[in-house]
Amino acid sequence: MKMQRNFFGNSFDKMRKINLVFWCICLLVSHGLRAQIDGEVIKPYKANFLLTNAKIFTVTNGILEDTDLLIEEGLIKSIGKDISHENHTVIDCSGKSVYPGFIDSGTSLGLVEVNSIAETQDYMELGKLTPQMEALTAVNPNSVAIPVTRVSGVTTVLTQPRGGYFPGTAALINLNGYTPDQMYGGFKGVIMNFPSGVRSGRYDNRSLDDIQKAKTKALDEIDALWDKAATYLSIKNKGGEIDYYPEMEQLSRVLTTELLLLIEVNAAKDIVSALEWIEGRDLRVVLTGVAEGWKVADKIAEAGVSVITGPVLALPTRDADNYDAPYNNPALLHEAGVKVALRTNDTENVRNLPFNAGFAAAYGLGSADALKAITLNPAEIFGVDDQLGSLEEGKNATLFIADGDPFEPKTQIQQVFIDGYRIPMTNRHIRLYQEFLDREMKP
Amino acid sequence: MKMKKLLLAGLLIWLAPQVNAQDKNSGDVLIKNATVITITNGTLENTDVMVRKGIITEIGTDLKAPKNTHTVDASDKFLMPGIIDAHSHLALEVINESSSPITAEVKMGDVIDPFDISIYRALAGGVTISHAMHGSANVIGGQNVTLKHRYGTRDPKKLIMEEAPRTIKFALGENPTRVHGRGKNLQPRSRMGVEAVIRNGFEEALQYKAVWEKWNKEKQNKEVNSPPPTYNSRLQTLVDILDGKIIIHCHSYRADEIYMLIQVCRSFGIDKIVFTHANEGFKVAPELAKYTMGASVFADWWAYKFEVYYSTAYNAAILTKNGVVTSINSDSDELIRHLYHEAAKTQRYGGLSEEEALALITINPAKQLGIDKWVGSIEVGKQADLVIFDNHPLSIYAIPQMTLVDGVRYFDRDNDQADQRLKIDPKRFPDPFRLSTGEHKCMHDVDMLFTKNYQN
Repeated sequence: MKMQRNFFGNSFDKMRKINLVFWCICLLVSHGLRAQIDGEVIKPYKANFLLTNAKIFTVTNGILEDTDLLIEEGLIKSIGKDISHENHTVIDCSGKSVYPGFIDSGTSLGLVEVNSIAETQDYMELGKLTPQMEALTAVNPNSVAIPVTRVSGVTTVLTQPRGGYFPGTAALINLNGYTPDQMYGGFKGVIMNFPSGVRSGRYDNRSLDDIQKAKTKALDEIDALWDKAATYLSIKNKGGEIDYYPEMEQLSRVLTTELLLLIEVNAAKDIVSALEWIEGRDLRVVLTGVAEGWKVADKIAEAGVSVITGPVLALPTRDADNYDAPYNNPALLHEAGVKVALRTNDTENVRNLPFNAGFAAAYGLGSADALKAITLNPAEIFGVDDQLGSLEEGKNATLFIADGDPFEPKTQIQQVFIDGYRIPMTNRHIRLYQEFLDREMKP
Repeated sequence: MKMKKLLLAGLLIWLAPQVNAQDKNSGDVLIKNATVITITNGTLENTDVMVRKGIITEIGTDLKAPKNTHTVDASDKFLMPGIIDAHSHLALEVINESSSPITAEVKMGDVIDPFDISIYRALAGGVTISHAMHGSANVIGGQNVTLKHRYGTRDPKKLIMEEAPRTIKFALGENPTRVHGRGKNLQPRSRMGVEAVIRNGFEEALQYKAVWEKWNKEKQNKEVNSPPPTYNSRLQTLVDILDGKIIIHCHSYRADEIYMLIQVCRSFGIDKIVFTHANEGFKVAPELAKYTMGASVFADWWAYKFEVYYSTAYNAAILTKNGVVTSINSDSDELIRHLYHEAAKTQRYGGLSEEEALALITINPAKQLGIDKWVGSIEVGKQADLVIFDNHPLSIYAIPQMTLVDGVRYFDRDNDQADQRLKIDPKRFPDPFRLSTGEHKCMHDVDMLFTKNYQN
């Protein structure tokens, strides 16, 4: 069925309200159903879409004005001028911008429902050594926070376990699907929390010697585990008999560089020791957190290690630091030559990723590189840049349409696509707005 | 080695006052050629604002600076009133006196910490006034204090905004029931108990008031033959609330508990009440509009505990459209640094106009704190609490450039230096590392008893 229409109302005040009704109508028309019924649920659906006359932010190939983008079979089939539209749902994007879906490189999305309720926290296992614990297993595809997140243009997130030396294996997920496997974004990596040798927080009154001792002890324990994993691997490679030992099996996959190691480290001194620890080990590594990266940016650049940092909207790590140190951190790392991806480290407010990128942009990173830090750079770090991270023919149709700069709060994100699925632009926050904006019963 | 450390510490202590950014001028300044966002009277292009002795004396074009008056060129820049945070805990040494469900007698004015670096950081985010509140452990907590961010003083009293009326913290829902009900097996254990604690408190206060009134009357008529009744600071404070001398700022989340307290206040004739957080305020927006001084909310915080699970980021927009005096607050030393950005989120979530969005962090919180006569907009006669931005303050690319309190420059991005501490603890050297991204502080001092999270 052929359909051409401008999907976007002009008044934002009324937009949400109109939107829901409108999508209902569109969906019903397109599926040839009967009348709208109370409580009708709008589902994501796949079709062939032609986005016309858009301003396309490709990330890899500049900004293309007045250009069409064709989505077929969940992929970007073509990008160009005046693509002929047959059997396509046409969406007129005149005056609109199209961006690749944003990627948050560190969240707990899907692993937590209500932050303070232990029964809904599925990000931490018992023990210091649990690298085989799979975040993907515990992802709840129906978490209320998922639709709340994706209407912001954040389509893809790394969701990760926490706690201990090796808390588990993080997974990249797309924010659409009914099972974790349908959401899986093609990347998994093992998390490591690097031991800290600095005094941290208000209640830490240890002497500097005690702090150093604790760090050395922790590093010794990690090194022993590492040796053990190497032994496990060597026995396995030689065809030796080994017992079921999932912890070592998972660590050995890091040793063979099959899996990326994400090392969480934040204080400058700890970053330097993490770089020393990496040196001479043949691993695929990315540093995460890196709050004080700006203090040792040259060393990180020299080591050729990429960084996932954030949130940008954070307090300085030391009372004596400049108030804007966290805002400047991504820019200073980038200037030193480090590849930077951004994260919110959040669960329910992953939707703030574009604003974190906006702050980084304002404080020296610039819009183009801030955009890369939430699109192409993470796609490259996670090795999924053949599918995500830019708008190119053959890549996944994971993208969105906005009426302006998506970093600006006033901009409305008007339509999100994930793997060619048109995502309903609604969620519980929007439904509550629709119900309560003008309540029927007044006092 | 030890000697060396001591010497170094001594040096740092001596250096500390030297790095303080405040310049001690007289509060006379002329700001030239700014885009002036007045809040109450539209936006004026290429306009000058004259400040004498900390007060705005003239707004116009081509104003001439008197001799020796400092002039700031704000061409291509935006000038707006200093941002006001109606819910903060910065510059406080302690936050909760959690020993009883009612602690109306305690005063946050007694625990001001002028050395808190958060004050400087708030100034760097354009915030000139914060409402330093008691925590949310008790149903009726302590009396709050409204601070002006005159950073650099070591005298806690100099941070207090003298004109501000008295306010007091109330708290409903999970926090007081957790601390007292579950923590100590004391009422309240439920939202029913929360109402009972408040009603019992007010009834006791009425009895207390009657006893004093009787004694005072007898004294006046010279019939007195008994000693005066025992003074009770807690009950006297509750009497002052009943007499309309104190504004209630009530920590609340769910619509039912907000509605409950509205009903309680109406039955006791109290109309000076502001609901803070009020994540479900949108569900009772018409009631809030009709019976209260409004709601002070987060832009987008939700799901950090069960009572905020059914929230919406459209809360501020719904409240505003229903005529509720609405403000956006921080409750966090992190968030307070970018309230202009939090206000901007109401343009995404509900499409508020620029005027409506900026009112959320200026004139509206001023009204809720009872200080709108003096601050909250750029008007002749008001105090010169001002902030200059390089871009429109609602843009993501906006960076605060200069912040003035009473016409005195307390933050200037051009002269910002790294270490702005006023006091350095030699025992805490080097400066400890801390990762923090917006710790909620309402349950400070009691949180460790009940939860691993710092939930407000």
